[in-house]
Amino acid sequence: MDLILKIWRQKGSNDKGQMVEYNVTDISEHMSFLEMMDVLNEQLVAKDEEPVAFDHDCREGICGMCSMYINGEAHGPDRGITTCQLHMRTFNDGDTITIEPFRANAFPVIKDLVVDRMAFERIQQAGGFISVNTSGNTQDANAIPISKHAADEAMDAATCIGCGACVASCKNSSAMLFVSAKVSQYALLPQGQVEATDRVLNMVKQMDEESFGNCTNTGACEVECPKGISLENIARMNREYLVASLKG
Amino acid sequence: MSGLLSSSLARKYAMALSAFFLMFFLLQHFAINVTSIFSADTFNELSHFMGTNPLIQYALQPVLLFGVVFHFAMGFVLEFKNRNARKVSYAKNNGGANSTWMSRNMIYSGLVILAFMGLHFYDFWIPELTTKYIQGDMSGLLANGEGFRYFEELQHKFLNPVRVGVYVLAFVFLALHLLHGFNAAFQSVGANNKYTKGLKTFGKAYAILIPLGFIIIALYHHFYH
Repeated sequence: MDLILKIWRQKGSNDKGQMVEYNVTDISEHMSFLEMMDVLNEQLVAKDEEPVAFDHDCREGICGMCSMYINGEAHGPDRGITTCQLHMRTFNDGDTITIEPFRANAFPVIKDLVVDRMAFERIQQAGGFISVNTSGNTQDANAIPISKHAADEAMDAATCIGCGACVASCKNSSAMLFVSAKVSQYALLPQGQVEATDRVLNMVKQMDEESFGNCTNTGACEVECPKGISLENIARMNREYLVASLKG
Repeated sequence: MSGLLSSSLARKYAMALSAFFLMFFLLQHFAINVTSIFSADTFNELSHFMGTNPLIQYALQPVLLFGVVFHFAMGFVLEFKNRNARKVSYAKNNGGANSTWMSRNMIYSGLVILAFMGLHFYDFWIPELTTKYIQGDMSGLLANGEGFRYFEELQHKFLNPVRVGVYVLAFVFLALHLLHGFNAAFQSVGANNKYTKGLKTFGKAYAILIPLGFIIIALYHHFYH
């Protein structure tokens, strides 16, 4: 199939950037979206033009690196997938596809479609961990009884890959789905209880310092999340934060 | 405790708590207004009680005013902060694919409600304060002294079809605001559990039926005065 691509081009973080139109040809419907971008870049290089910079790594929906905003939606129109899992059969020959980077002040554009998501890392560093003695005397995790329900919910929260689709999709650029998933995955398990109070307070404090917006419960994040992280996690974080604030 | 005063989550709690208060107020306002359809005397007596009871006038009324002003002010603050969190907007954004129109446009439905409240205060609240606290007439009686004035005043206001139209339109926007706001308030205070499904159904019913009730009351008094 042949396509018209409208792609955000930005030379560097200080460049103003603009949408540029390209025609890409000979795209197979079996290709992934990233493979289509590879073909475009080969065609651009052949014409001695600068290829489009975009993030990618595992190309199997696990790493969360691919971060494109395609036709007005994070990771494109399909549900429960990352951009690398989006296939060209979703589109039709002759379609015009708009491709932009994830937009948020907290995710500054580095180049073209590549954004800096270190804000998520700093939030994780503020409390998204448990302090475990790894000197060799560590207790076997399986020795601690955990209910099936709690284990399942914690695992669901832990499937967050930190891709940032929640922020990109939210009209307020809020990071609450990400932060709540990271808070929840520990809050639901006994290993996470020791640092529970500090964790939620510190992670929310860091989130606010990173200039993300406020959650207004539109639910766009939950719909666009490639891992199906639920809004229940935000409700849990709201409870955890209230209790922690009163304690702390 | 400091986070409860200034964090993004604190703003969520504050919006939700003021919303709960306003939704409860709306319910009691409706409960009194609906009596005007069935009994002018009951409506008059309830109105007189609400308008002259010291606890309601001097304690609850200021709390209500604070709640209204706070909810609007915080709404504007949130909107301003949230718009600033994305200085470069998308060339193409398909918001309708992942969220409802109501949830994305609370500021606009809120602005319509705010404009309506200006009219509502001009129609009822300011004349009421003038009569009671400037002219000093706490009797609640008609000028000729023959019975209470409240029902008469209500019917008089709804004679004007333009005013009735504005009221109907405003209540449609109130319904849109509540269709998102009711359940969002519960989510904000952390209520997302096995009762959420039932609560969502109740929220939708509240959001539609209460504004619809106000619309019916306005239309009733316009056509059957």
